[in-house]
Amino acid sequence: MPTLTINGKKVQSREGAYVLEAARQAGVEIPTLCHFEGLEPWGGCRLCQVQITKDGWDGWKKMVVGCMFPVEEGLIVLTETDEVRETRRVVLDLLLARCPDTPLIRTMAKEYGVERTSYVSNPEPTDCILCSLCTRVCDHIGVSAISTADRGAGKEIAPPFHEPPAACIGCLACAEICPTDFIPYTTSHTTRSIWGREFEMLRCEDCGRAHITKAQAEHHAANRAETTDVPQEWFRYCDSCKRKQQASRFPAVPQLV
Amino acid sequence: MRIESREQFETLQEKIRAAETDNGNRILVCCGTGCLANGAKKVAEAFAEQVGKRNMDAEVKLLVKNTGCHGFCERGPLVVLQPSGVLYTRVRVSNVPQILEKTVDNGEIIPRLLYKNPADDVAIEQYSEIPFYKNQTRVAMRNIGRIDPTAIHDAIGAGCYSGMVRALFDMTPEQVLDEVETAGLRGRGGAGFGTARKWRSCRRAEGDRKFVLCNGDEGDPGAFKDRSIMEGDPHSILEGMVVGAWAVGAHEGFIYVRDEYPLAVLNLTLALEQARYLGLLGENILGSGFDFDIRISRGGGAFVCGESSALMLSLAGKVGEPRAKYVHSTEKGLFDLPTVLNNVETWADVGAIAANGGAWFAGMGTNKSKGTKAFSLVGKVKNTGLIELPMGTTLRHIIYDIGGGVLNDRPFKAVQTGGPSGGCIPESLLDLPVDYEKLTEAGSMMGSGGMIVMDDRTCMVDVARYFLKFLTEESCGKCTPCREGLKQMLAIFDRLVEGEGVAGDLPLIERLAAGMQVGSLCELGKSAPNPVISTLRYFRDEYVAHIEDHVCTAGICKELTAYRILPETCDGCAGCAKACPVDAITGERHALHVIDHDICISCGACMGVCPTDSVETFPKVELMKEVV
Repeated sequence: MPTLTINGKKVQSREGAYVLEAARQAGVEIPTLCHFEGLEPWGGCRLCQVQITKDGWDGWKKMVVGCMFPVEEGLIVLTETDEVRETRRVVLDLLLARCPDTPLIRTMAKEYGVERTSYVSNPEPTDCILCSLCTRVCDHIGVSAISTADRGAGKEIAPPFHEPPAACIGCLACAEICPTDFIPYTTSHTTRSIWGREFEMLRCEDCGRAHITKAQAEHHAANRAETTDVPQEWFRYCDSCKRKQQASRFPAVPQLV
Repeated sequence: MRIESREQFETLQEKIRAAETDNGNRILVCCGTGCLANGAKKVAEAFAEQVGKRNMDAEVKLLVKNTGCHGFCERGPLVVLQPSGVLYTRVRVSNVPQILEKTVDNGEIIPRLLYKNPADDVAIEQYSEIPFYKNQTRVAMRNIGRIDPTAIHDAIGAGCYSGMVRALFDMTPEQVLDEVETAGLRGRGGAGFGTARKWRSCRRAEGDRKFVLCNGDEGDPGAFKDRSIMEGDPHSILEGMVVGAWAVGAHEGFIYVRDEYPLAVLNLTLALEQARYLGLLGENILGSGFDFDIRISRGGGAFVCGESSALMLSLAGKVGEPRAKYVHSTEKGLFDLPTVLNNVETWADVGAIAANGGAWFAGMGTNKSKGTKAFSLVGKVKNTGLIELPMGTTLRHIIYDIGGGVLNDRPFKAVQTGGPSGGCIPESLLDLPVDYEKLTEAGSMMGSGGMIVMDDRTCMVDVARYFLKFLTEESCGKCTPCREGLKQMLAIFDRLVEGEGVAGDLPLIERLAAGMQVGSLCELGKSAPNPVISTLRYFRDEYVAHIEDHVCTAGICKELTAYRILPETCDGCAGCAKACPVDAITGERHALHVIDHDICISCGACMGVCPTDSVETFPKVELMKEVV
């Protein structure tokens, strides 16, 4: 278990962890936009920049991203120096120019003293910060229906050829993970629409609530052996009914009072 | 025929060389991309056809060889006659019979096809006497222009694969590593990382499956050294890769080459097939027991795919975006396995080092930068083309002695080195010896070896904007500082060149540039503000003039520049009026012509055609003053 120092505090961390995880464990807050615990770190938003140094480095410090820098014994991490705050400020200033109306970005930028962007404000404001969480989660569950398209300033999140994506299963993982609620969708009792596609909904066999798309159940059935040990039964009931069923299987606990 | 042993290889090499000594009569036609564009293919065909007829009853046969790029692309198609060593430039099909009759048969020179030295206008016969070539030392480009890149026998005769034989049979992998370390070879892709250090780290890495890659994704505007090596001498790259693979213990290799280089792809493919056929690649190379093979992967031309981590993802079939390199690719590279990636030029150097020894290579260059370096010399210089020189050569020697000086003898202003993320070096630093450290100290970098010479009619703000535009289009867009930062930086520069710069722009530029340097994910993002920072460092007054006075001192930025015709020298030829696309120029024939500033769009066409240099630029703000 490597021991590192974060802002002067000695912290023990898991072998193979990254600086961000170690810091958060120690109660040190580092801002992130493209990070999600269940996904591989990506290092794109550049907000979790921290400075690292070591005893023998003669005071030389290096700027790294906390989400991807592996912890090591004796590492000294500084998360709130002037240089760190300035780098994050430039990033947030730029993001505010891109997304001038996005509440999350406005709040974060304000924390770094940016109320109005120093740059040219986007004439077509968007809420997408291109953190790629949506495309990465879609990859992660083995669907890869959407991806980033184009590059540089023209980069966007899109299904292939901007057509309704054939691979999409309507699971909403992309919309749920989006930190700025940018991906629109609708769900009714019978159908769900997202990315220009309509999906048939399956109903919970117990309460009758529309809880999952048929395509999603089929995808999991087809890939069950490879990716998960979840039984087919799993998709017959909605989450809250499953909880009730689980609970009912516990033996009755005698009341103490 | 597969070569089974070292002895068989050496016998073959001697045979090829003996045949060349017996019959040294050759006509070398450059068939590099530049010369092909100038019509070299037809010239080569004409030579082949006519020589074919003559050879039928000749005792001593004449050979026509289509070679790779000689580097002097501007003067193409180039034809070199051997053994005399006469170089003919800008050869047309109609010259072919004459060359055969006069020069080949009778040793008579055709003066008008000779190269004329722009310095003194004297024609030079010998290839080796031309200052452009005389001052070069070629290692990575040792065979280009001498061999037919599509014929492996020609390459073997020229000494190719000798270094590989020496490495495989006389040296252990450790000894190869030591030799490369003695050579002091550093990555020719631009970053200058120690090659031996990189290889050692990969050799030490755990795992049986390792990769050796060649980066042929040259994408800088104005750079073409890697293309010329791949087109003109593909075998030296293969040789270097086998040596590298032997040293690190890899059995699989890839050459990542951009698809916009069709001739490079073709010649590399042929080279691979021929090398496999002869047993110089594949299983049990030359009976040494060592297996190694190479495949070609064609890139889609994204600039960012030249970045090592993006290249490896692209090779693996993913989107080519860089990733953080806190774990080196020598441990986790292609498919997360130990990988060595080197530039085309580095691989070409490796074969020569294996053949001649590390000390030989280290005998050239400077203290920390050993050997030679290839550059693409372009821009406002008399002799443009591909050159290779020992490290430490001064910029002045390169631009004036090899390049022949600034075009039209205009004053020199700056030289841009290192590609779009490099920097501009001013006249005061012309005596700078070119090596990795010195270029970095001057605020530029070695990069891909591009050198763009600029004269006094170059606006440095406009130059910075040009590179920003290129980088904005080529940024992969993964990280915020590079994607959004470049877009915003370009927006600021658009303001500057249109005369709409405001007082706070310079501090804003500097703050953003610093944020991008520190905050971006990959080296391309970190170095993206370099063109801005280096021009600000040496030409700050031009920025101030743009912002405060709305003046472009070089007279380039259209919105800030107006044109006028000098009454003293205008002879009324009406050339300007004819050239003007918007009919802004009027005047009687043989009398002074005048530009109507309300119509003029400041395109500069009049200036380009004026035979008496009577058109000059002046700041547009002066027009406003006149109105007031």
